[in-house]
Amino acid sequence: MKRSQFWLWAAALATYAFLYIPLAVVVLFSFNDSVLNAEWVGFTTRWYVKLLHDDDMLHAAANSLLIALASSSVATLLGAMAGLAMHRYRPRWLPFLVLTPVAMPEILLGVSLLLFFRQVLDLSLGLFSILAAHITFSIGFVAVIVRARLAGMDESTFEAARNLGATPWATFRRVTLPLIMPALVAGFLMAFTLSIDDFVITFFVAGVGVNTLPLQIYSMIKVAVTPEVNAISTLLMALTLTLILIASRIAPDVLKGRA
Amino acid sequence: MALLEIRNVTRRFGSLEAVKDVSIAIEAGEFFTLLGPSGCGKTTILRMIAGFDVPDEGEILLDGKSLSGVPPEKRPLHTVFQSYALFPHMTVAGNIAFPLEMAGKSALEIRRRVDETLALVHLEDKAGSFPHELSGGQKQRVALARGLVNQPRLLLLDEPLGALDAKLRVEMQIELIALQREVGITFIFVTHSQQEALALSHRIAVMKDGRVEQLDEPDKLYSAPANRFVADFIGKINLIEVEVTSSSKVLLGLCAAGLGEIAATDPRPIAVGERGVFALRPELIRVFGHRESADLKNRFEGVVRELLYLGDVTLYKVELANGCLIEALMPNAAPGRAKFHEVGDAVAVCWRHDAGVYLRN
Repeated sequence: MKRSQFWLWAAALATYAFLYIPLAVVVLFSFNDSVLNAEWVGFTTRWYVKLLHDDDMLHAAANSLLIALASSSVATLLGAMAGLAMHRYRPRWLPFLVLTPVAMPEILLGVSLLLFFRQVLDLSLGLFSILAAHITFSIGFVAVIVRARLAGMDESTFEAARNLGATPWATFRRVTLPLIMPALVAGFLMAFTLSIDDFVITFFVAGVGVNTLPLQIYSMIKVAVTPEVNAISTLLMALTLTLILIASRIAPDVLKGRA
Repeated sequence: MALLEIRNVTRRFGSLEAVKDVSIAIEAGEFFTLLGPSGCGKTTILRMIAGFDVPDEGEILLDGKSLSGVPPEKRPLHTVFQSYALFPHMTVAGNIAFPLEMAGKSALEIRRRVDETLALVHLEDKAGSFPHELSGGQKQRVALARGLVNQPRLLLLDEPLGALDAKLRVEMQIELIALQREVGITFIFVTHSQQEALALSHRIAVMKDGRVEQLDEPDKLYSAPANRFVADFIGKINLIEVEVTSSSKVLLGLCAAGLGEIAATDPRPIAVGERGVFALRPELIRVFGHRESADLKNRFEGVVRELLYLGDVTLYKVELANGCLIEALMPNAAPGRAKFHEVGDAVAVCWRHDAGVYLRN
């Protein structure tokens, strides 16, 4: 091995270690038979069992799943529409409108949504306000993925459908929709993962009484990082990882950056 | 009545006039070609016929009925796109079945027609393949099959052979001619390749800058081009600047500066003193050794400056007394003889008095 290659490998290894060792520690200590995250005592699954009997935690998990499913569904629908419109009509202003929430600092978005819901709409905070907020920041991601997919396709494919006798609706159903399906699935999964682990924006718009998993974990670690937090974090990690794997199977080109 | 009539159609894009007052009538059963360099407006005309673009002025009629306001899917015509535009998520059979499904045909009929059409383009064994599994020529055939399967009144072909390699292109040309004869559907073909246009078409409209320069049968376009552009665009041609010195019935006397008198024919009454250009195809010129006699009126001495041996023929570039270069194409018909003249040889170029055409400026 050449000297330069050695350093390249070393640097890469160090980077991956930096990224993944903390995650590995969390997973490891979720199976540790000790209340302290200090030393390895022995293997146990009791923290997971305890999770199953923690009503607050289960409730928060149910909320998170519900919000993630609903918000990513709506965001996929709206984002796909935005992506299609951006591709077909090339409006100058639409990309800015759709993509600004993506680039906006989360804290800013959180504060402004809170003000909007409370002061302008006089809405009581809760599941609905969280849902609306999550949809808001997810649309842009779906739109970008759908537009990238469309941009990579031959425009005459859609003209060919019309030319061969398909109405605009039949063209969409038979040609456009199947062709953007991988982008829709990838966009949905992206929106889902964004929603399920969002903390900052949810923190602002959740109000009192409604908890999501990240909020629940945050309230627990205010006291101490218990093994139970490790366990729920491990589960969350497993879910996210599974979704990424599914996405990469359904739409391999999206992960390769070709969308 | 013509099947398709393009009547005084103009199309502008901003300040650019892509199509300028074009009128063409296409008869049923014809293989009609729109030929011209890129940007001449030929694809815009095709898109207007298909309904993807709308004329600013004039109208397009099919069977005497105006197509204006008729959406693309309601026009009884199909297109073979330059990029083929096959549906990547459907199999070959699925692609070909698409227009039949859209027309609401029964499953039984769809099956029968798809099978027939697959056989027509020799792709029976590829029915279950996806477009990305096919070669360029096979994709081309699927696109053709998809365009033909529902028996449209008109098939539009937008540079369909452009993406194929040279050998395959010639094969597909032969197949296209046979196919058109077999199905009897009117073809409107768009190309920038004059060779393709000459080989395939019944009639050709040569276009330039949005206008039709000449509309004629291939052999007429080649042997009697209407103007300098058409002469130059279709095949190789020598253009010699001349002045008319005499004109009597069909005989025309021309004078080329520094060269002398050229005898030509032209049935038109032409005024003495008019300036124009004499156009002469290279294959109609004979090259002789300068001592050999040739019983031809037009005989000019010169020197071979370049030659290009092409196997079946040799292209000679001969510099004449006035400095102009004449290209002559000589068949290498004698066995064992590859070349008749060498670079630097003194030669004489000769042609019959009816070999060339006089073109007015």
